[in-house]
Amino acid sequence: MVNLHTEKTASIYTLMRYAKAILLPAFTLLLIWALNRSWGSVPAFGPLLSPFVGFWQNAESVNTSDEEITLSGTQAPVTVIMDDKAVPHVFAQNDHDVYFAQGYLTARDRLWQMEFQTHAAAGRVSELVGERALELDRYNRRLGMGFGAEKSVKAMMRDPRSRESVEAYTAGVNAWISQLKPAQYPLEYKLLGYAPELWQPIKCAYFLKYMSGVLALGADDLNMSNVLQKAGPAVTADLFPDYPFREDPIIPVGTKWDFKPVKIPAIPPASVSAVGSVSMNWAEHDPAIGSNNWAVGPQKSATGYPILANDPHLTLSLPSIWYQMQLVTPTMNVYGATMPGAPGVIIGFNKQVAWGVTNVGADVLDFYQIKFRDNRHLEYWHGNRWKPVTRRIERIKIKGQPEKVDTILYTHHGPVMYMEGQKPFAKNVPVGYAARWIGHEESNDFLTYYLLDRAANHADYRKALSYYGAPAQNFVFADVAKDIAISPNGRFPLKWKDQGKFLLDGTNPAHDWQGWIPAEQNPHVKNPPRGFVSSANQSSTDTTYPYYINWQFAPAERGTRINQRLTAMRKATPDSLRMLQNDNLNLRAQQALPVFSPYVRTQKLTAEQKKAFDILKKWHYNHDIAEIGPTLFTEWMRQYMDGVWRDDFPTTDSTTLRYPSFDRTLKMAEQEPTAHWFDDVTTPAHETIGDVLTQTLQLAVDSLARQHGPIGESWQWGKHKATRIAHLARLDALSALNVQIGGGANIINATTERTGPSWRMVVALGPQPKAYGVYPGGQSGNPGSPYYLNMLETWRTGQLNELLYLQSAQDKNPAIKRRIILK
Amino acid sequence: MIQLILITILGLLAQLILPWWSLALVAFLVCLWRSQSAGQAFLYGFLGVALVWLGYALIIYMRTGGDFTGRMGELLFKVNNAALPMLATALLGGLVGGLSGLSGFLIRQASGSQVASHAAGSTRP
Repeated sequence: MVNLHTEKTASIYTLMRYAKAILLPAFTLLLIWALNRSWGSVPAFGPLLSPFVGFWQNAESVNTSDEEITLSGTQAPVTVIMDDKAVPHVFAQNDHDVYFAQGYLTARDRLWQMEFQTHAAAGRVSELVGERALELDRYNRRLGMGFGAEKSVKAMMRDPRSRESVEAYTAGVNAWISQLKPAQYPLEYKLLGYAPELWQPIKCAYFLKYMSGVLALGADDLNMSNVLQKAGPAVTADLFPDYPFREDPIIPVGTKWDFKPVKIPAIPPASVSAVGSVSMNWAEHDPAIGSNNWAVGPQKSATGYPILANDPHLTLSLPSIWYQMQLVTPTMNVYGATMPGAPGVIIGFNKQVAWGVTNVGADVLDFYQIKFRDNRHLEYWHGNRWKPVTRRIERIKIKGQPEKVDTILYTHHGPVMYMEGQKPFAKNVPVGYAARWIGHEESNDFLTYYLLDRAANHADYRKALSYYGAPAQNFVFADVAKDIAISPNGRFPLKWKDQGKFLLDGTNPAHDWQGWIPAEQNPHVKNPPRGFVSSANQSSTDTTYPYYINWQFAPAERGTRINQRLTAMRKATPDSLRMLQNDNLNLRAQQALPVFSPYVRTQKLTAEQKKAFDILKKWHYNHDIAEIGPTLFTEWMRQYMDGVWRDDFPTTDSTTLRYPSFDRTLKMAEQEPTAHWFDDVTTPAHETIGDVLTQTLQLAVDSLARQHGPIGESWQWGKHKATRIAHLARLDALSALNVQIGGGANIINATTERTGPSWRMVVALGPQPKAYGVYPGGQSGNPGSPYYLNMLETWRTGQLNELLYLQSAQDKNPAIKRRIILK
Repeated sequence: MIQLILITILGLLAQLILPWWSLALVAFLVCLWRSQSAGQAFLYGFLGVALVWLGYALIIYMRTGGDFTGRMGELLFKVNNAALPMLATALLGGLVGGLSGLSGFLIRQASGSQVASHAAGSTRP
């Protein structure tokens, strides 16, 4: 009995032993498998946490030891001097090697960023993050990013100079990628669970398209057509004028045009096409994405040589948008801000010249209504005949899913972005319309920077600009020969006045773009009598310029304020220009509050509302961190614009309209205070300007009180604005949140919640140029590097770092930290 | 004790050249070769790997400053604290090591080699 029992127990034990010996190892294997892969947005925790290959490997400390790196690809040894801000100073013996080294070093610091941005432009984000990026990818592909990039790369490859730089840059990036082990992958690859692929020249073109997408995709065509349809031509012309009430254009008023204009196309009769039945809206141009640049001439500077300043405003992001470099060959010595993904220096200086850019905001995106022959969409009507539609197949890979195939219809205008029944991803894309976009044109923009990097004088600068396509920029210039100049420059389509202010008729050849404004006739001015040149995205010229560039530009306040201060400036130093970059005066408030305040009916305000109004009245219009005035003014004006215009130009699910500009709205208060527009047509009462101002002030204060409690510290501008510099993958932990800095929209220090000066530079020319610069972030794209955010505080406090401009690889300087030899 | 030392040293060497999961292989093989009980196999596997992972992580942490580890704490656990990623690293490595060691023991036990190795062990001088 006992034996039997023991045997039975023993066999059960054996069975259990076997079971355990199978089940537990199986479970362990399953666990390892599960930890070895990412699940949706949950990373692969096994390799991520392993100190041997995971995020720990991305932790870096300050490196001060010299290195010698053997690579195949350089033609001669390259010396790289790293300074204390981790800026590489590249000394190469020829052009090929200098761009090879630029590619290699940029990839070393910014590989994930450069690949991610070009993946985004190419519509390949779904490959990395799955279906949630599908509509974004579809949008970029339907916009024709790939179509444009393929054309651009052809143009780059046709010129031996741009070809060599793009190919050498590509080889340099790949020299870095090829020797990379998974443990050394940038953190983001480990988090998202993918590996870098080899770089190709077309990725440089994709990068340019990415920038054109950021800077040259503003379009109000659809909204304006809806406005026109609702309000009629007279009201539209009155409320949406082609030139602002207050303006101080980039090319000073009174500048003579030194050319004979080519024939401008006549305005066709019935130039406005009716809006189709279905329409959607496009992300309106973000007015906060603008920039400042200026140069003071010798008569205004303390040294007698020009001083130039530039701060391009973009949506601030991490890794930093810019990457500083010095590139030296026997025929070039240039220092400045480069963009990861593009060879050469984009904004910078050499021994003779300095230059900078701001966005023009030209009307270079238009929509054409397409009339197809039938539902097969094989032909469309244009110039009284049927023309063939071509088809472009886009294959979108999606992480964890089969690929999606998208067929896009192309007319000679461009791609028909969305057909009826398809819901556009971005707002403002009219359905059934073809997009004609400057980004689809062949252009060799790198050649412009190639030539600027080597420019020695004003003639070289003009020559360099003539190659530039898009996104059109206001190129400011100064040189050691004491010339200063500025030119709103890019390829501008030759249009009839207001062509593209509204949607266009795709069947009528008179609505096509009719060629180009000759490059040498782009607006430009050299050494104007006022002794300085400047731009802040405002109107390129006054109304005497013979060609149409756009009907609206960024609001005039920033440019006007810059010009006021530069006009008053004497004996300017780099520090005077630095202070100007940090100017926090809100000119809009200075102009508007004295007009608006008398209309406010103080007896109708509650105690808290009255307190707020008193703060506003005592405010000196400055957007400093601790002020409450900016918070109140900004919120009030937002409510005010709604209060005046929402009833007249309401946006519904089916129709999007837009409001007149603030400039026009302020003009109305000053010159037409009894205008019927102040009446809210949705109420039986008759509202006046005083009613609207009082009610919207009450609304603004009440809404801020709900957000922040009673008036106090939490209403302060710095806290309310809480500037955020977000990581490109939207990871808060890798972002800089709640950065306390003043400024705001339409202010020279244009730091808003998300956008701001992405690079600030001041260059004093002279026998030896002296330059200063900073950007919000650091040279390294690695969140585990001490150089990820090391410049943020300098930027936040409005300081600049002196830029180390070396003359030879043998130069001695305490800022030099180490040397790298590439051979 | 020899198992713990072997898992630590071989695990360290393996991970220098092989993927992270090679640590599982090491813990498994060592416990397959020699282990007395389930608890001991798990413990040695756990400690052997956790020590290596925690040790290496600590070295990196001290060499590079803790800011980044704090950011990773924020990223992974929503708390800006360097101790959490450290703890998670040790626990995760330890868990995989422990389960692998335990697997080694169980297979060894099931294949009956436990007794044999004991006998072999006892005949050694």
